[in-house]
Amino acid sequence: MPGLEDLYREIILDHYRNPRNRGELETPPALRVEGFNPLCGDEIVLYLDFDANGGVADIRISGQGCSISQSSASMMSAAVKGKSVAEIDELTRAFKAMMSIHENTLEGAETAEPIDAPDVKLGDLEALRGVVKFPVRIKCATLAWNTLAQGIEEASA
Amino acid sequence: MAVSVDPIDGTAMKAQFPLLSREVHGKPIVYLDSAATSQKPIAVLDAMDDYYRTINSNVHRGVYMIAEEATNRMEIARALVRDFIGARSSSEIIFTKNATEALNLVAQGWGRANLVAGDVVVLSHMEHHANIVPWHMLVAEIGIELRWIPLDSEGRLDLTELDTLLNGAKVLSVTAMSNVLGTMNPVRTLTDAARKAGAISIIDGCQSVPHSATNVQELGADFVAFSGHKMCGPTGIGVLYGREELLEAMPPFLGGGEMIRDVRLDGFTTNDLPWKFEAGTPPIAEIIGLGAAVEWLNGVGMDNIRAHEIALTEYTISTLHGRFGDRIRIHGPSSPAERGGVFSFDFDGLHPHDISQVLDQHAVCVRAGHHCAKPLMKLLGIGATARASVYVYNDTTDIDALADALDATGAFFTL
Ligand SMILES: Cc1ncc(COP(=O)(O)O)c(C=O)c1O
Repeated sequence: MPGLEDLYREIILDHYRNPRNRGELETPPALRVEGFNPLCGDEIVLYLDFDANGGVADIRISGQGCSISQSSASMMSAAVKGKSVAEIDELTRAFKAMMSIHENTLEGAETAEPIDAPDVKLGDLEALRGVVKFPVRIKCATLAWNTLAQGIEEASA
Repeated sequence: MAVSVDPIDGTAMKAQFPLLSREVHGKPIVYLDSAATSQKPIAVLDAMDDYYRTINSNVHRGVYMIAEEATNRMEIARALVRDFIGARSSSEIIFTKNATEALNLVAQGWGRANLVAGDVVVLSHMEHHANIVPWHMLVAEIGIELRWIPLDSEGRLDLTELDTLLNGAKVLSVTAMSNVLGTMNPVRTLTDAARKAGAISIIDGCQSVPHSATNVQELGADFVAFSGHKMCGPTGIGVLYGREELLEAMPPFLGGGEMIRDVRLDGFTTNDLPWKFEAGTPPIAEIIGLGAAVEWLNGVGMDNIRAHEIALTEYTISTLHGRFGDRIRIHGPSSPAERGGVFSFDFDGLHPHDISQVLDQHAVCVRAGHHCAKPLMKLLGIGATARASVYVYNDTTDIDALADALDATGAFFTL
């Protein structure tokens, strides 16, 4: 049976209590994107400043959510700030792979790294690995990432 | 404070509900989510099992004995529901899939036939999505206008402008009890005001019918919707009560078998009430299960259930406030007489998801989220709440377990 420590790792609680990049950016020039988790009512707002090549120069987060969605957003913001589109894309794929490969295995058993996951360091984000043992919470962890993807898509459209 | 007497013995009651004897994470389950769905007593499980084992056959078509038995059993269940809510006739009891389908049946059936662009439908700020979205669909389709009854600071309907809101309205559709705040609304006042204004009244009885004695005639409602699964019955069965004249005048909702009298190449004529609104093979086992649930509830006595829940509400509010003081905020009216046993709360500034996750480790089942009432959440200025809700089989030990688990939750997140 997965225990609470698997879900609420210390680093997650740290990001929850001291969220990074909390706030807003002036729009425009920043792009404002909203993400919702219709199941639980969690709501995230990202403010994104893009550099000349479409990379994320600066990022701020507002909105409300549980410790998992909030800390995931906080970690994401730290991980993608100053990164190029290609780097962010790789991070996103690696993160989602971490979330979903376990989703497909019974009881959330540990498995080898997904074959198609890009070889990037997830750093703090690794702490969210335990979330896959609590399937209803996976959407909390991916909310910020999906919202970011939506913002990048809107910016490049 | 006067302490109410509880007529129900928790231990004996729990013994009738097999699920309540299971464990979760190695601990005895503490089920506090009956506003979402209730547990089922042995009497209901047996009735459904018996149907499948001894008389399973399709209703209203066979001349052989078991088909007749199944039909009888189903129509007995309808009569039980009729008497349970004080309807005049079995023709007024339409079986649906759930309350949501019942409310859609009224919006699509009565609404499309009687509403035109600009017509007003009055709802309240505490409605469940099931009593909002069907009307939004008519806004899009017909161009009706929606008006909203506001709430006061304790989460009660603010009726000061009711007559103005109802002025020129065609429909008033409100819940008898909030599934978030626990507020019990003054239904008779509402239906009287609607009638005076020339509007029909629809009552969402999802949270009220399972918990207190209901008489649709005394309520003065034209339609009442509720779900079987919240009143000790199975999922997959709901009820729409409608006044016979209104049902007679309404076009059918779904078309197919069972709801017709005659079908020709150039058209059809509809069956009599209530079957006119029951297309296709009905959920026979579920209807029989609902009938058994009604008999079971009658055996306990609806007034006893209400008295039990008032006593448990007093205990819950005083225990949680006593143990946690300002750390907890319980939404909705503070007086137990004005509310049902639904407790949405904020605790320690923690997110409801996190609260319910830790409570689950203590085998305490509560709901976290917007409870399908997003407009209400917006009004309260919150995204979600944790919600504990009680029913006939809960007792003070469940509330103590909730309080202990909340204690542990607070400790976990402040470490
Ligand atoms: C007040 C209220 N109305 C409507 C519903 C919808 O019930 P169902 O999902 O059974 O159709 C519910 C149940 O959650 C409710 O609490």
